[in-house]
Amino acid sequence: MFKALFGELAIIDAHHGCARVTVDSAIWRGIGEALREGKIDLLSEWADDRILHCALYEAKTRQACVASLPITAGKAPSLAVFHPPAIRLERAITDLFGISLVGLPDSRPWLDHGNWPVQAPLGGGGLPFTAPRPYTFLDAVGPSLHQIPVGPVHAGIIEPGHFRFTASGETVVRLEERLGYVHRGVEKLLNGAPVEEAARIVGRASGDSTVAYSLAFARAVELAFDFAPSSRAVWLRAIMAELERLANHLGDIGAICNDAAFSMMHAECGILRELTLRACDQAFGHRLMMDRIVPGGVRADPTRAGVDALLSLLRALRERFPELIELYVNTASLQDRTVGTGVVSESLASEFAAGGYVGRASGRAFDVREALPYPPYDVLPIQVALRKEGDVDARVWVRILEIQHSVAWLDAALHSLPSGDVLTPLIPRHSASEATTLVEGFRGDLLCHVRVSGHGPIERCHLRDPSWFQWPLLEAAIDGNIVADFPLCNKSFNCSYAGHDL
Amino acid sequence: MRRRLFKNLTHAPVTEPAPDLTGDRMTSVGMELQGVIERTLGRSLAIREVDSGSCNACELEIHALNNAFYDIERFGIRFVASPRHADVLLVTGPVTCNMRTALERTYAAVPAPKWVIAVGDCAAGCGVFSGSYACVGSVAAVLPVDLVVSGCPPTPLALMQGLLMLLRAPADVTPPDAHAPQSSLSTTGPGR
Repeated sequence: MFKALFGELAIIDAHHGCARVTVDSAIWRGIGEALREGKIDLLSEWADDRILHCALYEAKTRQACVASLPITAGKAPSLAVFHPPAIRLERAITDLFGISLVGLPDSRPWLDHGNWPVQAPLGGGGLPFTAPRPYTFLDAVGPSLHQIPVGPVHAGIIEPGHFRFTASGETVVRLEERLGYVHRGVEKLLNGAPVEEAARIVGRASGDSTVAYSLAFARAVELAFDFAPSSRAVWLRAIMAELERLANHLGDIGAICNDAAFSMMHAECGILRELTLRACDQAFGHRLMMDRIVPGGVRADPTRAGVDALLSLLRALRERFPELIELYVNTASLQDRTVGTGVVSESLASEFAAGGYVGRASGRAFDVREALPYPPYDVLPIQVALRKEGDVDARVWVRILEIQHSVAWLDAALHSLPSGDVLTPLIPRHSASEATTLVEGFRGDLLCHVRVSGHGPIERCHLRDPSWFQWPLLEAAIDGNIVADFPLCNKSFNCSYAGHDL
Repeated sequence: MRRRLFKNLTHAPVTEPAPDLTGDRMTSVGMELQGVIERTLGRSLAIREVDSGSCNACELEIHALNNAFYDIERFGIRFVASPRHADVLLVTGPVTCNMRTALERTYAAVPAPKWVIAVGDCAAGCGVFSGSYACVGSVAAVLPVDLVVSGCPPTPLALMQGLLMLLRAPADVTPPDAHAPQSSLSTTGPGR
């Protein structure tokens, strides 16, 4: 497909991680049509200095590539006209860069709520502030409908965002999300930041995925610098990533069951999660392993005692987790809530290229660790979990299976951990360079694009959280369900607000 | 399930003893504030958590306070769904421009007397996000802050110490052996 789209276009030498080509607006539209026909998946869309990029993936050939369209006179054709999953990405591009995307079906702002002191903060000039446009939610018209506005401050210890429900009695007719409340200006802060400082900011894009973000960023910077980290560092990174997956999945399974009013699972899973975090602290010196992965290697090298702590964690999980699976399966009141609730169809999951447990619970067999394996998954592969039902139960099951797979993988990895140094200083290439990488976080595939100058600092860094393609599916999943099942559905998605809003 | 319940009956609880509140770490915190809260509320504290722009790491550790190891509810501290039921706002993250109004409204909805605790380095001093066009700054830039629990994120133990500080700890607390190197406590002003 890429050959048919791009023909003999020259591949840009300075770009690493996957091929990048410069296209014209005719080919850009061709990409849109290919996306609409489902021949390729959209991985992300972002802007740079007078260029619009999109990252694409073809499942058949397992290839990823980046296509770039020069922007003329602040205008470019929209991809969202052809492919709705690009709508929010393009609204965000318009907010941040002030670029006009011709044909964009939804012209409302997305991240810009009219509260920033500047407009188009990443656009060259930084347009002066003008009064915010009023935000109108989409219509839902019919007899005896009522609206329920929720948020941005929610009734729990969770992140802020606004949900506008339109309900007919108990049944949700439409849910519309409004996000952007935790937009902290991450991409602007990264522009011009030295690599080390940038790594600290990227590590705080979404705290629950701090390892995955740091890993994606480190890999992108290293590809751009043509640098290979030591083999011990590579293994330690993946070990941290799997531990992060374990901790989050354990927390999520418990929280989902808690939202179905079964607090015993919540308590039991909470114990296993805490044990995981404590083992991480012992091995890597931080419960969430924040700032442990940096470009050049890793900042924490576990001692023998640290590795033993991880091994005894794995033993505890192997002993105690099966009982919890049994409890989940054999509790009828719980199954009654999760089975058949919040269904995402296979076609929607594939159209939105939903990653992680959201995609894999709806039959989309995509996992970066298997589809585009990065070290050490090329040497020690991991099994991919897959279900087809697309309901809350399927999303729980994908997590259960992934916990089992990660425990098995970690066991093998810890027993074959190579020795050696873990951190080597990076040497800049002395010419501008760039890279795009994908990494599998607990939530799904995370994309990082980095452009570095010859002497080191980051010139542009784009991060695309898996939540971008999962949030819209939550709106679809709740359709026709009762309002009271929303917390359950929402928790089964557990999308990141911070990672999405940046 | 029965087997599981039986096991829990026959095994000792995993819940750990209360942290030490007598050490050096605590002397920096105003006793005045503690006295005010104790006189007003006795030994119960209702908390409304507000994420005003956090990366969600602080939320994860605040969540951990409710797990079986820390079980913060045994001290009379509970998280409530509405600011109208709260004594304390626990605020995380730098305050983003887009969350400023929501944070101010949440504070206004808390009945007096009320206290604000800023949790995490971002809430304490804007953290890595300082200077961003999208952030107002630390929590103190928007609300009067009574107690700061710093750390990135603060450990559950540090959070627990901070919260227990606001209530007078029972006299028979057992000193723990754990410590929290990534966190610390300080007050930023007298109680009101």
